[in-house]
Amino acid sequence: MWYYEKKLQYPVRVSACNPRIAKYLMEQYGGADGELAAALRYLNQRYTIPDRVMGLLNDIGTEEFAHLEMIATMVYKLTKDATPDQLKEAGLGPHYVNHGKSLYFENAAGESFTVAHIQSKGDPIADLYEDIAAEEKARSTYQWIINVSDDPMLNDALGFLREREVVHSQRFREAVDLIKEEQGKKKVF
Amino acid sequence: MPTYRKWYYPYSSPFDPCPPLTRVPYETPVQLYLGFQPPGMKQFSPLQALSHGTLWPGLYTPYTDPYNPKKKEA
Amino acid sequence: MAKENKLPESYYTDLQALQAVDFTLVELTLYLDTHPDDLEALKQFNSAAKKSAELRAAFEARYGPLREFGHSYSSYPWQWSKAPWPWQV
Ligand SMILES: [Fe+2]
Repeated sequence: MWYYEKKLQYPVRVSACNPRIAKYLMEQYGGADGELAAALRYLNQRYTIPDRVMGLLNDIGTEEFAHLEMIATMVYKLTKDATPDQLKEAGLGPHYVNHGKSLYFENAAGESFTVAHIQSKGDPIADLYEDIAAEEKARSTYQWIINVSDDPMLNDALGFLREREVVHSQRFREAVDLIKEEQGKKKVF
Repeated sequence: MPTYRKWYYPYSSPFDPCPPLTRVPYETPVQLYLGFQPPGMKQFSPLQALSHGTLWPGLYTPYTDPYNPKKKEA
Repeated sequence: MAKENKLPESYYTDLQALQAVDFTLVELTLYLDTHPDDLEALKQFNSAAKKSAELRAAFEARYGPLREFGHSYSSYPWQWSKAPWPWQV
């Protein structure tokens, strides 16, 4: 089970009411390589992965939910005081007529979230390589968002989230090393 | 020490509609080179770690917008 | 209006101090998941966990409970469900 903690993992600040960046950020909210997809992917794969790396999938999956909450906070802050006209100008008109100002699991292009591309293969190597790829894809998405964002405060938190993908990728690579090791041999550094 | 950004040079045709960017950057961050993390790596203080997004300077690979290098580092 | 909910500046610095220690714990957790035999990291983890518990207790005494379902105490009236929530501050 999980316990909610009433704090963000990292402080989220934005410097302006800017619904256009909110639209871009939805890629990390309800996009194929976003934080929701990551959390669901790892927490779903953890049941059928060797015990040696089960904890890692569990823990990274849990951290991804904290990242999802940070993205949601950014979107919320960037849109909460925007007028319908501002939302319209930012390309969020269609979102507004369907969802008002509520968050919705969709990507930056407005396509609904789908689990169809969240693979679980039941093959530990295939699954861990997918996880490494997922981290690299999330890292690139953060880079592309940083390239189109001119909000330095927002970019600070995006830089944090991008670096987390680097660390997660590192750990998944180590997980591959751990389960490919010859059995019965002791690891020496 | 590896470099964490590389470039490739796409072929540019005289008939390409936009002025060529000539070189296209891509990131090659530290996790591609580190291998299994050795124990005892130097650490940031807790507050520094939070602001860098990692506890270890050896895992920190910051990103800057390559098209706007003056933009504050993310 | 929600004026009385305005948080003092110290809320943000105290929160950040807690976030910093807890982030170290996240990093050490993922590290120990793949390095379970690193005794130094393990000791650091345990002492950071102690530090986090101290900071959390002090923070909760000033600003209210942080953890759900009985992992934090509440004063009267029920404090948990009070705004602001993390995405609002
Ligand atoms: Fe991640």
